[in-house]
Amino acid sequence: MISKDNYKYIYIRKLMKYMVTSRRKFIKISALGLGGLATTSAAFGLFKTNPLLDAAIKENVSKKLYRSATYCEVCFWKCAAWAYTDENNNIKKIIGNDDDPHCNGRLCPRGTGGVGMYSDEDRLKTPLIRTTVNGEQTYREASWDEALDLIASKFKDIKEEYGPESFALLKHGSPGSHLEHLFKAYGSDTIAEPAYAQCRGPRETGFGLTFGSWVGSPEPTDIRDTKCLVLIGSHLGENMHNSQVQEMSDAIDNGATIITVDPRFSTAASKSKHWLPIKPATDIALLLSWMHVLIEEDLYNKKYVEKYTKGFNELKAHVKTFTPEWAYGITTIKPEEIRKTARIMAAAAPSVIVHPGRHVTWYGDDSQRSRAIAMLNGLLGSWGNRGGFYFKEKISIPKYPHPDYPKPKWGWHDLGEQYPFAEMGITSEIIKATIPNEDNKHPIKAWMVAGTNLINTLPQREKTIEAINAVDFLVVIDTMPMEITGYADVVLPECTYLERYDGIRSATNRTPSIAVRVPAVKPKYDSKPAWWISQQIGKRIGLGDYFNYNDFEEVIEWQLNKLGTSLDEMKKIGVKHFDRKSGPLFLKEGQDYEFYTPSGKIEFYSQQLANKGFAPIPVYTAHPQPPQGFYRLNYGRSPMHTFSRTINNPNLSDLKSENMLWVNPKVARILGLKKHQEVWLKNQDDIVSTFSIKVRITERIRWDSVYLYHGFGHNNKKLSRAFGKGISDTELISKTVVDPLMGGTGLRGNFVSILTENPHKNSEL
Amino acid sequence: MRYAMVIDTLKCVGCSDCVVACQTENNVPHGYCRDWITEAVSGSYPSVELELRSDRCNHCDNAPCVRCCPTGASHIVEGGIVLVTGDECIGCGACIESCPYDARYQHPDGYVDKCTFCHHRLEKGQLPACVSVCPTKCMYFGDLDNPNSEVFQLLKNRKHKTLAPEAGTKPHVFYLI
Ligand code: SF4
Ligand code: SF4
Ligand code: SF4
Repeated sequence: MISKDNYKYIYIRKLMKYMVTSRRKFIKISALGLGGLATTSAAFGLFKTNPLLDAAIKENVSKKLYRSATYCEVCFWKCAAWAYTDENNNIKKIIGNDDDPHCNGRLCPRGTGGVGMYSDEDRLKTPLIRTTVNGEQTYREASWDEALDLIASKFKDIKEEYGPESFALLKHGSPGSHLEHLFKAYGSDTIAEPAYAQCRGPRETGFGLTFGSWVGSPEPTDIRDTKCLVLIGSHLGENMHNSQVQEMSDAIDNGATIITVDPRFSTAASKSKHWLPIKPATDIALLLSWMHVLIEEDLYNKKYVEKYTKGFNELKAHVKTFTPEWAYGITTIKPEEIRKTARIMAAAAPSVIVHPGRHVTWYGDDSQRSRAIAMLNGLLGSWGNRGGFYFKEKISIPKYPHPDYPKPKWGWHDLGEQYPFAEMGITSEIIKATIPNEDNKHPIKAWMVAGTNLINTLPQREKTIEAINAVDFLVVIDTMPMEITGYADVVLPECTYLERYDGIRSATNRTPSIAVRVPAVKPKYDSKPAWWISQQIGKRIGLGDYFNYNDFEEVIEWQLNKLGTSLDEMKKIGVKHFDRKSGPLFLKEGQDYEFYTPSGKIEFYSQQLANKGFAPIPVYTAHPQPPQGFYRLNYGRSPMHTFSRTINNPNLSDLKSENMLWVNPKVARILGLKKHQEVWLKNQDDIVSTFSIKVRITERIRWDSVYLYHGFGHNNKKLSRAFGKGISDTELISKTVVDPLMGGTGLRGNFVSILTENPHKNSEL
Repeated sequence: MRYAMVIDTLKCVGCSDCVVACQTENNVPHGYCRDWITEAVSGSYPSVELELRSDRCNHCDNAPCVRCCPTGASHIVEGGIVLVTGDECIGCGACIESCPYDARYQHPDGYVDKCTFCHHRLEKGQLPACVSVCPTKCMYFGDLDNPNSEVFQLLKNRKHKTLAPEAGTKPHVFYLI
């Protein structure tokens, strides 16, 4: 009998376990003689027609499904799709729109399983208001009118007592933009999202300072045509940024060389010709050394550098001593590997992409690391060249008319003023301004939180909770009960993306396109779309003029008409393309081009940075390494989940219901850990994980780090599938190093020890 | 005609989209699956190799599951697709035991279920759900008897393997390696 063990296959899916269990229900039948049989099934006379099955197939074929245009909200990639419903208004499946550049007709697993966002029976169902019964705090169900009246009265109170600026909005995704409109109309731009200072902010600063242009989303990387893709800690394929993953696959077909720099043997590393298993926190040394090789060996793109860049001589002098031998001592990457990979990049140039990454808040010098990545691209001449970075373009959506927004007296900008290159609100500064403190010039008194589970998103959970305890009022808008909803004074149930109209999607791409989201079904339970919630609050606080429509459908219709189409047309096609207006995708040979930097050139030497007292060219600084008995806590994405929001999704939890702790076999041997053993983690600040996690012993990880998937370890009991499953990396991130350029919080400097005894045993007794 | 599936392990990222697409397409109940991901790691850090691939019923030419089925519910139709007629299946589980690939499971409704190559979609001229959704386009499907088919060409030109060839089942899911 053939057993899987013969093949040393590790089953990553728990479903396999179900299969094995169900199999055990049956009476064992002795192994059939399998070997040596060469006769085909036809010879056994096994073919037959099957009227029953044929009927079933016919029924399936003839079953009529209706489709509605939407774009996915399970992550920020916003793939356009069709939601298929049957005659009973059940959503049967969601399929990518063939015409959409974000997905090319193929959603990622989360998008395909997006129907679970709708069907999840744990969803928030009615508005809830915090109340005290017999000295115990609890929630009671409320009508929308009551909840909205209460929120409106708080909006008025805060404005009167402290000014509207003291009401902050923390947000993520589509609901965020509707509420942002409400806040701006109200007079507050005290607005921030974790997607900036806890995720991609530093790369926008680093690339912005170098090329004068943000990377943005989707990233303008011409991966499908590249000859060489360099990934630095970016685990494409585990993060399912859809069209990028698709293009990486095209690049593999086209024979592109992939170089991956990652302390972990990521999926992308396994597809790479060169994997550089770098010592964590030393990337800048490698980047400087790569630049050294390109310059010293005269391999950089001379024509490009001469025509489009500024500060080359300063860069050359700067990297003079950063030899591969120097970098070897820091990164543990062998000098010949550094040289070889630099030469491969140069040979592919300008069809090479040193990828900016996405989640880049690692060690606090992240803007500078991103800048080093940008500069490396500059030396190779990849920006504006085929197989490198294309010049992106998008359509701007006409603004639906409304009165001007009042000018706030202060806002996110003032909160982050010590970070001169911050270009969006910094969540951690909002937290700081919320915690009472005498020096606080701009105290924040109330929060609205929409579509982001701050507790599992922000580092330093204690501070987040301290701030939450300090606010006069907290309203949370979400589709699911999350950790953050448990802290709210009022909880509003938002309907899912499958049940609502939303703003028109317009994103930067090779050619501009738009996509619409129309409801596939009516909102389940007593949930409502965020546009409606904003409008209802707005009307109650005298801002009706800003919400001059009965239904958001009218807004979209108006905008689509201005764009030369209509809602009817868009319902049929879902996605519409427009011609480029900004010029060609790539530079022409010898073409003049002005970059949006102060000098109009790609800036290797940044006067802007020098003026503010920062290093004008990135330098390597050593970061702490884990002490004896501790391991660096690394985290990343599972392809089946987006943050903590999808863990309870019935379809996706079915694919991956808990995270595991990746441990190198050497470490497992030293600590005596067994496969699937239950362990707890304790970090350098003595913070112990709430839940346990199972050990996964794997050669895919270094001995100085442990790794787990982000988003797990929910401790809201209302999440029936997600509660208590695995560990939340966020709760163990109590130490952050702040990026002095833009205020991003470096999250990867936390170290954990592994506990094999339940540290909560006594507290449970 | 002989249907075959070819999966490029060099491109598969193990995302499981094929799994969830199959589940929604074929109403597979939560907790069960017709296809699944296998991850095989070999070597030791830092010389590690990883194979990711999507596994399912191999629609074997020499299918023990069909031979051992006492009621004839397991059978083979045109194109070599191995199917189970739910109504004829008594849930005895003989086929589950006999399959060297663990490709079958017992549906909570009592019958045995597994991958059908999305037979109902093929009838409409569509690809199996998993193939049509795979973001890396690493899955190919077609007629191996047709020398012009993508699957024929891929197997002709690329190094490939089948699972457990020693079982003599003549699988029709091939893996490019
Ligand atoms: S990448 Fe996946 S989750 Fe994100 S929008 Fe696209 S289909 Fe949805
Ligand atoms: S959908 Fe494609 S890439 Fe994803 S696991 Fe399945 S076969 Fe692999
Ligand atoms: S893989 Fe298993 S279930 Fe499928 S045909 Fe072969 S033996 Fe039967």
